[in-house]
Amino acid sequence: MASSFHGSRMNPDKFHLSQLKFYLFLIPLAIFMAMPIVYIFSHAFKPIDELFAYPPRFFVDKPTIQNFADLINNRSESGVPMSRYLFNSIIVTLVVVAITVFISSMAGYVLSKKKFKLKKMIFELNTLALMFVPAAVGIPTYLLIQQIGLLDTFWVHILPMLAMPVGLFLLKQFIDQIPNELIEAAQMDGAKDIQIYWKIIMPLVAPALATVAILSFQAVWNSVEASTLYINDENLKTFAFYMSTLTSDAAGNTVAGQGMAAAAALIMFLPNLVIFIILQSKVMNTMAHSGIK
Amino acid sequence: MNTQPRQHVSTALFLAPYLLLFILFIVIPVLAAIVLSFTYFNAIEFPSFVGLANYVNVLTQDSVFMQYVLPNTVIFALIVGPGGYILAFILAWMLAQITKVPRTILALIIYSPSMTSGIAMAVVWSIIFSGDQSGYLNSLLMQWGMVFEPIQWLQSPQYLLAIMIVVTLWGSMGVGFLAMLSGVMNINKEIYEAGYIDGISNRFQEIIYITIPSMRPQMLFGAVMAIVQTFQAGAIGVALSGANPTPQYAGQLMVNHLEDFGFIRYEMGYAAAISVILLLFVYLFSIVARRLFADKD
Repeated sequence: MASSFHGSRMNPDKFHLSQLKFYLFLIPLAIFMAMPIVYIFSHAFKPIDELFAYPPRFFVDKPTIQNFADLINNRSESGVPMSRYLFNSIIVTLVVVAITVFISSMAGYVLSKKKFKLKKMIFELNTLALMFVPAAVGIPTYLLIQQIGLLDTFWVHILPMLAMPVGLFLLKQFIDQIPNELIEAAQMDGAKDIQIYWKIIMPLVAPALATVAILSFQAVWNSVEASTLYINDENLKTFAFYMSTLTSDAAGNTVAGQGMAAAAALIMFLPNLVIFIILQSKVMNTMAHSGIK
Repeated sequence: MNTQPRQHVSTALFLAPYLLLFILFIVIPVLAAIVLSFTYFNAIEFPSFVGLANYVNVLTQDSVFMQYVLPNTVIFALIVGPGGYILAFILAWMLAQITKVPRTILALIIYSPSMTSGIAMAVVWSIIFSGDQSGYLNSLLMQWGMVFEPIQWLQSPQYLLAIMIVVTLWGSMGVGFLAMLSGVMNINKEIYEAGYIDGISNRFQEIIYITIPSMRPQMLFGAVMAIVQTFQAGAIGVALSGANPTPQYAGQLMVNHLEDFGFIRYEMGYAAAISVILLLFVYLFSIVARRLFADKD
């Protein structure tokens, strides 16, 4: 081995002084990145006098859970309780994540392992759709949703979120790596497609499924589009939307709303964090082995 | 084999749910946007065909678009796109060179801003940049004696775009960053060894000749994601300043201009033309990215 070889420094097993320079850069940056997150946590527990203290303080002094209590007891102008928004968000998110994972893995399976005419074209189209900017086609989407009668229904939260090009893309690439022999052997034993999908494909692509689940979770949990654009009925709107109204001038409670908004921001953020921590190693696996191309 | 027809039936069944939703909510809106862009449509009367008039108007009549929206979008995209992308690569590369536990923790912190919605974050940022003396930045600057009057950060045309860029960059370490991190981590060490035998002598050469070429797929994926995120951004300016149009159009991006015409003025045909231009932009930049990172063999 050449004496100047540095490559083995990648993914080191133990600390070495030469890594110090990376820490010197990464730690201050991480502190900057984490600042607003720490702030969300700290802010949510501030009593009202600290929220408006001058000069403002970053960290909480006398933590209180009053903001959460206020938030739980609060109702929107039209009398819808906060729990209703949260309930809507949880249902919508669970349904979207579950269905997205299923339909993209099913489509990924046949696009990867079956032979049929339009296969190439469909995947090409899907790859093109990675660049899809939903905001750019907001108007046609609105007209479409109006035409098929989804305005002001619960479905409008769910249906438009289900087809996720990046999800199909990652899953198809991941399934490509499963050896064909495995599937042929199963077919010899008389397994039908549904059995192959359920017993072979699904367990083997678990890491990719985790990734798609996280991406879909983030997209739907944080989304305010459906509530803002397609729904008038306050009972059908989601928590993300409710949060955005707490401090708005229209509601007339910019002062009282601050504490609740801080608590709501924390409630919005926590599930993201927890799910990512649980599934992160699987995500990294997918990104490495899916041969993203 | 006689199972062939049945195979096709199950193939179709497996594909159908995704394909139907894909066509309905992605393909049709895009096609409809293209068709609408050639019409005058006010959302009440039936659209009337006007040919290229909308496009001609965007390019020749719309002074707001030419004077503010286009330059803002280009400045924003050029800084946030490549800036965020290069930052993601540098961070991934650095993270790959430290040990596992601190790496996981730091990667999580760096990724965490992308986990939150723009709206949740806008609440935080708008307090930091709040225009009165209780805004954190103003309060700090006044304490240090650097300014004597609170600055209207989010309402002043000269600051809004810069603040939007900082906030977007801060939240831009998303999927692309994760892909790059795993890409750097999974390069075979023997390739580096071979590289050094072939005469590579420093870190910079190592990155140019080995690291980047070895993770080309992840680099491409990251680039496409960066482009999409960049052009999608738009909500942030409105969320921060609290208005569409943003104060004196200072933070007006194409997405905002589109919403302004589509949902506030109800000039749907015109808005559709803007959206087609936006989609073309994204597509164009993606082709450039593909050219740069596509497999050369």
